[in-house]
Amino acid sequence: MTGIYFDNNATTRVDPAVVEAMLPYFTEQFGNPSSMHSFGNKVGLAIKKARMQVQELLGAEHDSEIIFTSCGTESDSTAILSALKAQPERKEIITTTVEHPAILTLCAWLEKDGYKVHYLKVDGKGRLDLDEYKKLLGDQTAVVSVMWANNETGTFFPVVEMAELANAAGAMFHTDAVQAVGKVPLNLKDTKIDMLSVSGHKLHAPKGVGVLYLKRGVRFRPLLRGGHQERGRRAGTENTTSIVGLGKAAEMAMEAMAFENTEVARLRDKLEAGILAKVPRSFVTGNPDDRLPNTSNIAFEFIEGEAILLLLNKFGIAASSGSACTSGSLEPSHVMRAMGIPYTAAHGTVRFSLSRYSTEDEVDRVIAVVPEIIAQLRKLSPYWDGDGPAAEPEKAFAPTYA
Amino acid sequence: MWDYSDKVKEHFFQPRNAGVLEGANGVGDVGSISCGDALRLMLKVEPETDIILDAHFQTFGCGSAIASSSALTEMIKGKTLDEALKVSNQDIADYLDGLPPEKMHCSVMGREALQAAVANYRGEEWSDDHEEGALICKCFAIDAVMIEDTIRANNLSSVQDVTNYTKAGGGCSSCHEGIEEILVKVMSERGESFKPGTPSQEEAKPAGMTNLQRIRKIEAVLESVRPQLKRDGGDIELLDVDGKTIYVSMTGACAGCQMEALTLQGIQQKLMEELKEFIKIVPTKAGALSRASCHV
Ligand SMILES: Cc1ncc(COP(=O)(O)O)c(C=O)c1O
Repeated sequence: MTGIYFDNNATTRVDPAVVEAMLPYFTEQFGNPSSMHSFGNKVGLAIKKARMQVQELLGAEHDSEIIFTSCGTESDSTAILSALKAQPERKEIITTTVEHPAILTLCAWLEKDGYKVHYLKVDGKGRLDLDEYKKLLGDQTAVVSVMWANNETGTFFPVVEMAELANAAGAMFHTDAVQAVGKVPLNLKDTKIDMLSVSGHKLHAPKGVGVLYLKRGVRFRPLLRGGHQERGRRAGTENTTSIVGLGKAAEMAMEAMAFENTEVARLRDKLEAGILAKVPRSFVTGNPDDRLPNTSNIAFEFIEGEAILLLLNKFGIAASSGSACTSGSLEPSHVMRAMGIPYTAAHGTVRFSLSRYSTEDEVDRVIAVVPEIIAQLRKLSPYWDGDGPAAEPEKAFAPTYA
Repeated sequence: MWDYSDKVKEHFFQPRNAGVLEGANGVGDVGSISCGDALRLMLKVEPETDIILDAHFQTFGCGSAIASSSALTEMIKGKTLDEALKVSNQDIADYLDGLPPEKMHCSVMGREALQAAVANYRGEEWSDDHEEGALICKCFAIDAVMIEDTIRANNLSSVQDVTNYTKAGGGCSSCHEGIEEILVKVMSERGESFKPGTPSQEEAKPAGMTNLQRIRKIEAVLESVRPQLKRDGGDIELLDVDGKTIYVSMTGACAGCQMEALTLQGIQQKLMEELKEFIKIVPTKAGALSRASCHV
């Protein structure tokens, strides 16, 4: 039995066509794109092509708005730090409680340097309150950073509208679109989004390459200074092979866009409905009406996520969880806590994230296995009693804190 | 994914003594739902002899929490209560051939469930005195609460001091930023400000032992463990001492075996007790001590 990979929000398999496009740039076309000779020249042209492929995917107006970086995290850091450096008189950041650590850890660090960070709350379905946002926006706001889609639940945020509001307040707007790029059509030229982060490995390109989209005219301060690569906005010799791969992956993502939003979404819906129908006391987290087409995050009450993953893994199924144990922290996922999901469910959340390589057969196999696994673990749970939860579970088991 | 021993996996995939125990007369519920680990231990104790006739568990928790619970029930069955109470969390971890540092608290929870269940059987009130914080040092599994308390109790003011007292930060050193943050916080409570580069208490004091005396002591410790290693077909040899780093080579059956890291940890502990200072033991073959894994 081959493994079933339903963890595509963590990372994706590099498409064989992408690998093929990359290979010549390791050996034959190994030159430095900055060099004058013909070894470098062809590589320079390949990067130019990749830049245009990414431009197309993002719907950017100019190819020079595409800056290649080393990863999504670098793009996030570069965007926020640039906005602060470029507007030293503005000392506030607005973001959300459910961002990726690439944003949240950076913000926590900036707070120590005296910046004020406002974290927008979410409701039970992971939605923002735009009135709260409007009240916080002001002439002190340097930058707003809100993700396009949440990596755990797939829930979308109204970033296009939020960018308009930020623009009207004279603040810069950045969005971490790492999970959205390649899965939803983008048309950045018609938006007020100033900066946007992309990570290659989420869209079947290699790990260790990313993009920062920077709208023409937006004031910018580089993070890495040195050579004149990327027009002086990101020094360091280009990761040519990966950039070529990302270009190819962007082109393929354009072609697969409709498929992602019809067929992948159908498989995801089937998986979700199949599991919910067979497993009592389980529910979908986030906003099922407005989310990425490939993501389903299900909470299984009264059991813990790492244990679920270990059993899934035994059946060759790969998924991920928001439990404290899988993140190495003391608390379950900050996203689940922000939505007010109780601990007894938050620790038991499992994220299934599909891709265009997922098959109907895989979905059927997962639907067949999950109910058994959940039942097996619930038999061990002090909250469970025979075929159902103990009467008043929170009272049936109330351990002494240890 | 965690680097679980085969024994942990076995106890997770086929837990022993899981489920409700009918006729239990001692029950202990411990753990923290917010941390995602909680356990109910049920004992059936023979009143005349205090012998644990049967033990069952129910656990809400991760793989190692379930495995630790299962192991605990196996370990205490047939023991008297007093014997059972001698089982330490390290014993539980050892029974499972070790736990990753992030998971040592699962064995602590098992031990506490036992204390709580015995107290319940004896009609006593059990209260927990153990608090757990975020894991700071992954090499030695030291959490923030432990570091904070130690800084407070001993008036520490440098990262080196913290390492000397708790071992935290003595391995890969990537947690030094985290330790500094705790120092800043605790020192500001006592009205001081943290200054990087402050000499540690240790360094400020004149060294208590000459180099020669130290090396002799180290040799003596190695000598004392040698018979045990030889019984397993292995040996250990002192190669060099460089300040607080002691280089050794492991030979024979011990070299590279899964137990090497554990054995070295034990020897390191012994050396620290003898020398009364923090030291690090480094096997010349790379890798044995750096098992603590980083994960995403
Ligand atoms: C929303 C989001 N932002 C940022 C990142 C980080 O991207 P990278 O791994 O390329 O640094 C991820 C990946 O996990 C992500 O999901």
